[in-house]
Amino acid sequence: MNIYVLLKRTFDTEEKISVSNGVIADDGAEYIINPYDEYAVEEAINLRDEHGGEVTVVTIGEEEAEKQLRTALAMGADKAVLINTEDDLEEGDQFTTVKILEAFFEDKDVDIILGGNVAIDEASGQVGPRLAERLDMPCVTTITDIKIDGTTVNIERDVEGDVEKVETTLPVLVTCQQGLNEPRYPSLPGIMKAKKKPLDELEIDDLDLDEDDVEPKTKTTEIFLPPEKEAGKVLEGEVDDQVKELVSLLKTEAKVL
Amino acid sequence: MSKKVLVIGEAREGSLRNVTFEAIAAANIVSDGGEVVGVLCGDGDLSEMGQEMVYYGASRVITVSNPDLKTYTSDGYGQAVYQVIQDESPEGIIMGHTAIGKDLTPKLASKLESGLISDATEVIAEGGDVVFTRPIYSGKAFEKKMVTEGLVFATIRPNNIPALTRDDSLAGSISEKEVEISNIRTIIKDVLRKSSDGVDLSEAKVIIAGGRGVKSAEGFEPLEKLAEVLGGTVGASRGACDAGYCDYSLQIGQTGKVVTPDLYIACGISGAIQHLAGMSNSKVIVAINKDPEANIFNVADYGIVGDLFDVVPKLIEEIKEMKVNA
Repeated sequence: MNIYVLLKRTFDTEEKISVSNGVIADDGAEYIINPYDEYAVEEAINLRDEHGGEVTVVTIGEEEAEKQLRTALAMGADKAVLINTEDDLEEGDQFTTVKILEAFFEDKDVDIILGGNVAIDEASGQVGPRLAERLDMPCVTTITDIKIDGTTVNIERDVEGDVEKVETTLPVLVTCQQGLNEPRYPSLPGIMKAKKKPLDELEIDDLDLDEDDVEPKTKTTEIFLPPEKEAGKVLEGEVDDQVKELVSLLKTEAKVL
Repeated sequence: MSKKVLVIGEAREGSLRNVTFEAIAAANIVSDGGEVVGVLCGDGDLSEMGQEMVYYGASRVITVSNPDLKTYTSDGYGQAVYQVIQDESPEGIIMGHTAIGKDLTPKLASKLESGLISDATEVIAEGGDVVFTRPIYSGKAFEKKMVTEGLVFATIRPNNIPALTRDDSLAGSISEKEVEISNIRTIIKDVLRKSSDGVDLSEAKVIIAGGRGVKSAEGFEPLEKLAEVLGGTVGASRGACDAGYCDYSLQIGQTGKVVTPDLYIACGISGAIQHLAGMSNSKVIVAINKDPEANIFNVADYGIVGDLFDVVPKLIEEIKEMKVNA
């Protein structure tokens, strides 16, 4: 099977966010594979181990994203592709990303594409379904289980807490939800092997695209932090009195009861 | 400049979701005096729900009824709504940022080669522009975003943009549209309902969340009772999910759901930064925790330092009593 994973490099979830000069400050920030994309990498490796084939991990971004691709290779992916837009694009949105991915996949023979259902930074959740539409593939979002038998694919997906059982066929694009698997940590031999695995670097020019083709349809005009929450009231006294006071405050002061 | 704006409505268990009314209010801002046209897909008679959209501010409503639209599939709904878009040529489209909204709108935007602003919490008209505010980094920051070219297409987060007041003197036409649906490539075999009360976390007005301090699956029982008394729903921190006390579908945080209820009661949750990202924009936060140093108290409006198994049952009794006296 030809298995592809869409991966994004994101801030570590531990990171506090600050804004300087109107953009998110990234000096000294730790980066990780977007946690939902990590489920996609893990599932891709499992599918390959069960059905054979090859796992290729694809990302769009800067040179630095090579580190996250190497991590995916160390987990067990076979090949990686970095579409480096550092020199060509100043801004992009989901339209941009998908235009690039569409061009990348144009000549690829694909059985399944896996991605995270959302990235924890910009959190639009658009790239998976948008790409499926461009590639004319069925798309199943927020999956928590997948079984492939021949070309038949049986999936369980999370729909606001309910479980929907879906049947579809290959080729398919799926986006991964928490609960799908427990991503492995790269092993030491895995890390050693990853250094020798192929990592191709492309620019949009290699995909016969220029800046105008991928011009975003939306723009960010401002980034700001939410107002700091003032520390609230910690109630005092006997538990019974605290509970009485709380209910009274919720009713009269907060007006939520 | 006034615009024609479509609102894609959404029903759950036979009635419209509140976020549909909120989407009408958002569309009203985007339309700037233009027309707000509701769209409803389903099977059977949808006119009553269409009427309800008019009462909440839609100028008119188009219903699309077809056996293939009985349950949501991205192919079925995608084709149906796309045909309505072809007919109407709207300048804006608004929908709720729900499971269906998240699945459907990117596909439509991709087909239409348009931009899409997902998960907006505020919409304002500034000059001739429409500016959306949306959380990024799970609410650790916000961005203002606008469409630079073409369709103004956005999804809105439930519970953030107030719906207009229902007015049953409002009138508007409800028209039926026939659509062709073919080649649905995903077949829904079964749906297992796990959310017993049918209230989704993202739309819940009251959330009672449990963390590691809940100690076991049974430990969630008092939280469920409190949720019942308050008409809310139960959520959890990653700690509780990882420990196997509850299903991952209940998880609130940077991975998991981001919620903004009117009232959030955190029970036995320490308040890791990833959890705070998912709930700190709730309107009122109550923390109940044994550890007075717990991080959760930094974002709580009201805190009780104590054992949740002692506090929560007392809280249930007190609220019941208040309701009797009211």
